[in-house]
Amino acid sequence: MNALLAVDVPPISHVTIWGNGPLGINKTIVIYGFATVATLVVFWLGTRQRNLVPAGGLRIFQNTAESGVAFVRNQVIMQTMGADGLSYLPYLTALFFFIFFSNITEIIPAVQFPANARFAMPLTLALATWIIFNVVGITKQGFGHYMKNSLIPPGVPAFLLILVVPIEFISTFIVRPFSLMVRLFANMLAGHLILVTFAALTAALWAAKITVIIAPFSFALLVAMTGFEILVSFLQAFIFTILTAVYIGGAMHPEH
Amino acid sequence: MALLHLLLAQATNVTDNTKGLTAIGRGIVYGGAAIGPGIGIGLVVGNAITAMARQPESAGTVRTTMFLGIAFTEALALFGFVLAFIISG
Repeated sequence: MNALLAVDVPPISHVTIWGNGPLGINKTIVIYGFATVATLVVFWLGTRQRNLVPAGGLRIFQNTAESGVAFVRNQVIMQTMGADGLSYLPYLTALFFFIFFSNITEIIPAVQFPANARFAMPLTLALATWIIFNVVGITKQGFGHYMKNSLIPPGVPAFLLILVVPIEFISTFIVRPFSLMVRLFANMLAGHLILVTFAALTAALWAAKITVIIAPFSFALLVAMTGFEILVSFLQAFIFTILTAVYIGGAMHPEH
Repeated sequence: MALLHLLLAQATNVTDNTKGLTAIGRGIVYGGAAIGPGIGIGLVVGNAITAMARQPESAGTVRTTMFLGIAFTEALALFGFVLAFIISG
């Protein structure tokens, strides 16, 4: 219970431990449940009353849903895939909101934990991206063309192919999902550790006698880093979404 | 003389220094992994700012591409960060 309310600081070895409660329900699961419900609520309540000018008690949901959809449409899809990528708008918007909601719990008081600092869900989302862009590439271009376009860069001399093809294979089919997973997971874990470090440091400085005078500096940095983590949780959701869009777009429109 | 005795006693007591070596290894791994991406992100952002200052009308496209470049560069530092945790004594 103390770990659930962010009163205890668990040891660092908890990074690899999944759960020990009933049915394995721990803080991570609870936050993912919150993120799922929050995403559903925003889009369910946001589309109840489709007013031209949002009004009434549900206008905050309508505003959030509309600006979220417009953001993903203009900043993610139109920049990377073009107009024929608009059929991926629902998936990418849901992905963005889910990742954002499970990241932003990092700075919510009494929760103070980004669920994506455990790598199970980032890995699942990265594998979903991997499956989608491979399926899109194979269905749009055919298996042979897709492999040829993704493994052989244009303009490479023939004798270099024996070197280039394995490198391209590893970078496209193995490193891509792995780096997508690590980017989200490690960013959130690093941010969480920074906040924990400065919080613990402030408490330790406060408890000692003479060091009280430098405790405000540590506290000020903690506040600044909390603000920075808001930016990071937004940015990581954006980057995960836009990289998914880039990979799908690359499978849809091969470079000739 | 007393100091020498103390040092000798410590030297004979310390038989297992794996923990300290692990800590040093973690520090070196993350520190080394952060050098290249630090330079790389500096180059990406610096050039993006130059581009935005020269052509403010293309700032939207440049910003999106800049975040992509940062994401790809930053991944290397994060690999080092994760590897530092994986190293165990």
